[in-house]
Amino acid sequence: MIANLSRRGLLGAAAASGLVLGFRAAGYHPITGAKAAPASALLAPNVYVEIEPTGRVTVVVPRSEMGTGIKTSLAQALADELDAEWGGIVVVQAQGDARYGDQNTDGSRSVRQFLLPLRRAGASARHMLVAAAAERWKVAAADCHTEPGFVVGPTAGQRLGYGALVEAAARQPVPPAEALTLKPSSAWRYIGKPLPVVDLDDIVHGKAVYGIDVVLPGMKYASIERPPVYGGTLKSYDAKAALAVPGVERVVEIPAAPLPAGFAPLGGLAVIANSTWAAQQARQKLTIAWNDGPNGSFDSATYYKALATTAGQPGRALRNGGNVDAALAGAAKRIAADYFVPHLAHAMMEPEAAVARIVDGQCEVWTATQNPQQARQTVAQAIGFDQAHVTINITLLGGGFGRKSKPDYVAEAAFLAHAVGAPVKVTWTREDDIRHEYFHAACAQHMEAGFDADGKAVAWLHRSVFPSIRSTFSPDVTYGAEGEMDQGVVDMPYDIANVRCENGPAAAHVRIGWYRSVYNIPHGFAVGSFVDEMAVAAGKDPVEFIIALLGEPRIVDLHAMGVNYGNYGASLADYPIDTARHRAVVQLAAERSGWGAKLPPRTGMGIAVHRSFLTYVAAVARVGVGSDGTVAVQRIDLAVDCGQVVNPDRVTAQFEGAAIMGLGNTLFSSLSFKEGQVQETNFGDYAVARMDSTPETHVHIVPSEAPPAGVGEPGVPPASAAICNAIYAATGRRIRSLPVDPRQLTTS
Amino acid sequence: MIELNVNGVVHHVDAPSDMPLLWALRDLLGLHGTKFGCGIGACGACTVHVDGDATRACVTAIGDAQGRHIVTIEGLHGDHGDHPLQHAWKQVNVPQCGYCQPGQIMQAAALLAQTPKPTDQQIDDAMMGNICRCGTYQRIKTAIKMAAGEQA
Repeated sequence: MIANLSRRGLLGAAAASGLVLGFRAAGYHPITGAKAAPASALLAPNVYVEIEPTGRVTVVVPRSEMGTGIKTSLAQALADELDAEWGGIVVVQAQGDARYGDQNTDGSRSVRQFLLPLRRAGASARHMLVAAAAERWKVAAADCHTEPGFVVGPTAGQRLGYGALVEAAARQPVPPAEALTLKPSSAWRYIGKPLPVVDLDDIVHGKAVYGIDVVLPGMKYASIERPPVYGGTLKSYDAKAALAVPGVERVVEIPAAPLPAGFAPLGGLAVIANSTWAAQQARQKLTIAWNDGPNGSFDSATYYKALATTAGQPGRALRNGGNVDAALAGAAKRIAADYFVPHLAHAMMEPEAAVARIVDGQCEVWTATQNPQQARQTVAQAIGFDQAHVTINITLLGGGFGRKSKPDYVAEAAFLAHAVGAPVKVTWTREDDIRHEYFHAACAQHMEAGFDADGKAVAWLHRSVFPSIRSTFSPDVTYGAEGEMDQGVVDMPYDIANVRCENGPAAAHVRIGWYRSVYNIPHGFAVGSFVDEMAVAAGKDPVEFIIALLGEPRIVDLHAMGVNYGNYGASLADYPIDTARHRAVVQLAAERSGWGAKLPPRTGMGIAVHRSFLTYVAAVARVGVGSDGTVAVQRIDLAVDCGQVVNPDRVTAQFEGAAIMGLGNTLFSSLSFKEGQVQETNFGDYAVARMDSTPETHVHIVPSEAPPAGVGEPGVPPASAAICNAIYAATGRRIRSLPVDPRQLTTS
Repeated sequence: MIELNVNGVVHHVDAPSDMPLLWALRDLLGLHGTKFGCGIGACGACTVHVDGDATRACVTAIGDAQGRHIVTIEGLHGDHGDHPLQHAWKQVNVPQCGYCQPGQIMQAAALLAQTPKPTDQQIDDAMMGNICRCGTYQRIKTAIKMAAGEQA
């Protein structure tokens, strides 16, 4: 099986140093233990591409594949500038190593960060191949050109395959980036094309290898009982009955991380056995007493109410323009509303899993991780190794959504392999996954708006209260980070003279983490819903109202307003907040969705627009509400401006999926806690979207030459508001707390 | 020893009879295409065919699967290579992360074997037990209809 993981050794010395004549590294050959292939000349001008004398091109993709299509998309970019034959390319996953650049596959930024570097990586190899051919033919390089896989000279018959040129090309100097000529977009063969993903055939035949599928010779299987309350520790245990289960070898205590746990394992008791089933069965026979620690009284009903109470009180202002209090006091009309979103779980289909092996002081790991460099560091800490002695191999990810950015499960496998002296696979159960989440933060929000006598909005107050993700990593965190308030609060684009955005304090009692689109989920819900409430208050059609509220197309210069806005790590010069783009997606979504059509009773349409991860998305939902309050989302249209697109089919797919995840967040998913423990256990009681709740989904991509922006996450935030605004249009009932409670929507 | 007929090959496994078929397939027979998602029959990632019926391998004891014909994703095929659903899945580019797709395809294959021309409602009813967190449901439905047309 593992042979699927590594079709070749990865590049070693011929890395970013610019060393040209690369050799197949004495790299790892997992499982088989086979020796590295004999050294052979390669063209490897950088860490991302390698061309063999056979002409075979290998592209090494630095970011993890969790379903976005990034492995294919980045290979498209490199192959295009290399002018390679697409069908002849082997695409492999880089190991976790800083020489590949930032590998944290998070924040919807892989194309933004890597499109240019990988285009240059391909262009660099092409430049050297052309130079080698020109030298051989004694012609000017400028008189040569390439066709996929070949360099062609000025004289008839001058045509050489890349493979035949590898040895000579490898002796050429690696050109500096400024010497490279990149193709104009009109010459692209692969960028902008809907190529199928490279793993497609493996996936439909069950041959694709995920972290949970890795098997090593002599490997043991572990199942771990962790403290049920965050911060809990093992008090005492009796493992006699567990050890009597056939196939069980031993139990191993894993020390608990001190609070806050960060990326470290939560601790607990691991059963080591000869199969997953034996380990899981034996684990149920453990008798354990726990110390619950400071979070043992955490109760979400009380906590959720406290968040709402805090949202009703003044907080710290992060954006404050004009005089909101005076504008509200002087307003001809005022409205206010409170919104709430509960804790949520990622619940990606592949639970947390990792395999680790330690031989001769070298730790090697195979796992599905979004963040291999962090995994390397966390593993090294867990077993007291230097990072240089830790290797992280990245499999395909069976979903990630942010959960697999946190490598606690990877460190567990390494810790156990170290303790047991044999390779160990750790497989979390679904119950483990939900119980020991890095939860999406619950969030309570209070909003107020004021209109003048002409019906123009003149005041906007937005207060958001949530436990910060920083609380998972630093003690005594109470307020949200600026980067968290950047996600849909302070970047509010509407043209309103008096604006104040505030954040109130909230302690965390569980691990809080990133979940696809993160704080944009609650903020997109509240802002998108409240704008609809304002439209109703103003007696306007929501589409007309949003366009009017956006005002004249303009760049919203938050820095000039004194707001320390992070813009997802991108420059505001390259990625400004441009309300013309908000307006364009609103108009496109309205037009394509048939906005304004006459609808049957208890059927309605709703719209919301949200910019996140530098991408502009307008969502229109059409819903029908049954007399029993059941909501059927019939159709969702998403109009998307994400700048330049590498693979339009994968972009479309990401937004289709985001609509479904947004629908699940809106209608179904919710977590609750009692005595510090999450009450939901599995897909039986943690409900998510299924086939029968799936709407017809249409994604409309705005053609754009703007720099590439985010794709994985930005479709989620406007979905909840669009659906709830549609429910209002259908029923006249306003949903302000998620998930939707059908009992509020019955006709009786 | 328990005798399991998987994809036409008879295996003898030394395991307790209450071991779920899922773990026998994965840990004892090395067939990893059948996925673990929930362990309680609530997500469909482990769907296989037992005597032609879509069955959740995570809640089917090997003792109960003994003597029956088990087909996993590795054993699914059409008359000439790919099953029409595998072909359609590729035509429509259904998968995102791909993890749930073997289970989805096995569920859909059982549906088409019993209902060659399913309605939308029949597709929903058959497929609602299979979760895809990436949200590929719409393309799954499109691919099932495409395969149903191909089969005709």
